[in-house]
Amino acid sequence: MKHLLSAADLSRTQAVRILDTAGQMAATQAREIKKLPTLRGRTVVNLFFEDSTRTRISFETAAKRLSADVINFSAKGSSVSKGESLKDTALTLQAMGADAVVIRHHASGAPHTLAHSGWTHGAVVNAGDGMHQHPTQALLDAYTLRRHLTGPGDASGRDLAGLRVAIVGDVLHSRVARSNVQLLHTLGADVTLVAPPTLVPVGVDAWPAEVSYDLDATIETKPDAIMMLRVQRERMSSAGGGFFPSPLEYTRGYGLDARRLAAMPEHAIVLHPGPMNRGLEISADAADSPRAVIVEQVANGVAVRMAVLYLLLAGSPASGATTDTNETKVDA
Amino acid sequence: MSLAKYLLKDVAPYGGARTTVLLADGVIAAMGPDVSDDDATVVDGRGLVLLPGLVDLHTHLREPGREDAETIRTGTRAAAMGGFTAVHAMANTTPTQDTAGVVEQVWRLGREAGWVDVHPIGAVTVGLEGERLAELGAMADSQAQVRVFSDDGKCVHDPVLMRRALEYVKAFDGVVAQHAQEPRLTENAQMHEGVVSAELGLAGWPAVAEEAIIARDVLLAEHVGSRLHVCHLSTAGSVEIIRWAKSRGIDVTAEVTPHHLILTDELARGYDPTFKVNPPLRTQRDVEAVRAGLADGTIDIVATDHAPHTREDKDCEWAAAAFGMTGLETALSVVQETMVDTGRLTWADVARVLSETPAKIGRVNDHGRPIAVGEPANLVLVDPDVRRVVNPDEQATKSGNSPFRGRELSGCVVATFLRGRATVLGGASCDEDVVVAR
Repeated sequence: MKHLLSAADLSRTQAVRILDTAGQMAATQAREIKKLPTLRGRTVVNLFFEDSTRTRISFETAAKRLSADVINFSAKGSSVSKGESLKDTALTLQAMGADAVVIRHHASGAPHTLAHSGWTHGAVVNAGDGMHQHPTQALLDAYTLRRHLTGPGDASGRDLAGLRVAIVGDVLHSRVARSNVQLLHTLGADVTLVAPPTLVPVGVDAWPAEVSYDLDATIETKPDAIMMLRVQRERMSSAGGGFFPSPLEYTRGYGLDARRLAAMPEHAIVLHPGPMNRGLEISADAADSPRAVIVEQVANGVAVRMAVLYLLLAGSPASGATTDTNETKVDA
Repeated sequence: MSLAKYLLKDVAPYGGARTTVLLADGVIAAMGPDVSDDDATVVDGRGLVLLPGLVDLHTHLREPGREDAETIRTGTRAAAMGGFTAVHAMANTTPTQDTAGVVEQVWRLGREAGWVDVHPIGAVTVGLEGERLAELGAMADSQAQVRVFSDDGKCVHDPVLMRRALEYVKAFDGVVAQHAQEPRLTENAQMHEGVVSAELGLAGWPAVAEEAIIARDVLLAEHVGSRLHVCHLSTAGSVEIIRWAKSRGIDVTAEVTPHHLILTDELARGYDPTFKVNPPLRTQRDVEAVRAGLADGTIDIVATDHAPHTREDKDCEWAAAAFGMTGLETALSVVQETMVDTGRLTWADVARVLSETPAKIGRVNDHGRPIAVGEPANLVLVDPDVRRVVNPDEQATKSGNSPFRGRELSGCVVATFLRGRATVLGGASCDEDVVVAR
């Protein structure tokens, strides 16, 4: 694994290895000294073309806990806002010696372009591209699901076989949904997508997931977990097409509230990638319930991103080395 | 000055029986197995197919305005290399080809370049804005004698404006060539809407956005009794609508591009913007439907939609890249590979879809003519047995955005003659000084 661009690129073995490594990383985070020397002298660039304080901070924390040097490159207030191309930005970062580039971009496929263009020799980690992918989000969701739902004891080595997960909301525009459908399927879980028909993409029938337009009917099937997607309020404006008539009608049909939460099985958990629109896709009752693991997802995000950076960089030669054989060696 | 004479020995007109053809004084002077001429330059035509010079109804030459991507000189030289003797230059230049002055400038630059005859297309609406008709009559009456009108790149989506345009051009036997794209259904669209777009997270360009406009326009054409030409038809549904319209006797013609005959949306998977084009590459089912439509005559012609772009407009993330791909120098090979090599078209059919019918639609009288004594010597000589690897860096077009880079294709152009003068000979374009001499 040279880059992490899409959840679809991960085999079951690779995904489980990342989750296991994340478990080891999480264990170190309980210590008084949280910092590991693993990536000392390596440089990780956070290249963010889209505002995302949460994801950037999570990657920055992960890299720093591994003792890497971190450069935050945000498009706003930088040369990018003056019209610099992705290519020139990448070449600049390459010249500065980036070992890994964590990229968030509004254009689907931008991380793929960056990784395959020859503009940078570093590892590319997709931190969310357009409506395409957000693989570390799917990994942290899978990690969270595994911790809670695969039984007692050390979860190492386990996948998500047999788990039933409902993903609810704006599937059409969601990179979180795309990543999770692929990764959870790879790990053996059964996924049901729940959304109004306007927010399901044409072509979804090729996905390894069921599609439902009825949240209550899906809850009646007793899923083990429900993952609520953020619904952007501008989706109902006519500029984007008016995907639903009103926020109120959306909430009635697809919001997770106390009533629906009560209808869920006892053991089921509630996930949300954040930031939440309280009162729209999730009520305060549901968001703050003990069954919501939303805050824990944030903590798990750091561990998963530590694992990804470690697996991509620890076995690879430092930037400037001439070899291209970046086979990752890990004993996890 | 007197023109050189050429003796094309043992060529196969339309791929049929071998004969020898003498070109002199700009026309086909003699034809027959025993024709000879001691003064003529002899071209060994054994194994070569002779066709009427190709006519492209849909070329973007980019000049004026984007001379960094293509000029009339480089684009028409590319056309000659591809076997063309006439091209129709699309109107979406800067300034727009929406006045007699601009179309005459393009026409004049084409004449000066001398590689092919350039027939400018006039914009339907001022600045391609879709708000009011451009001075269609003035363009028709200009030296450029415009007969094809198109806002290509944009759709004439206002139904009233489209109706008026269809009606108005009847006065001078013009035709409206519609870029069928319902604008509201394709806002920010990046690629064909389907399984691949759903996975890649790229905003979809649904087939219905093309089909709905074609359906509307054939009904409008029927209502006002006008002729209509449909640009770059790309979906199975569009083929069905055209078939239905023709069965009703509606005066509609349709074109398909070479790339829609051979490439599919699967190519978007690598996010390489070389494959970003409008209308987008569709599915294998659509490719099969447009091949069948071309084979049975539902689709009248192949037109390149040659759309050169600079490197900076393609060397970027998909969403930021420009739509379009080059095609003049690969069109004939793609048609041979997809239609002739598969037995679906004969070489006489190729002459029809790439020369005779496009000339008729564009009302170009001296191209797409029969290969017969006394006819203008606008001809192309093709070697169908060669396989060649496409290298955009060696092409005559100024831009490198060919979707066939590194791909092996059938056939190559050996020689192109424009009114008896070789613009291409031995597979290479002739010296520019020779070409300019007229």
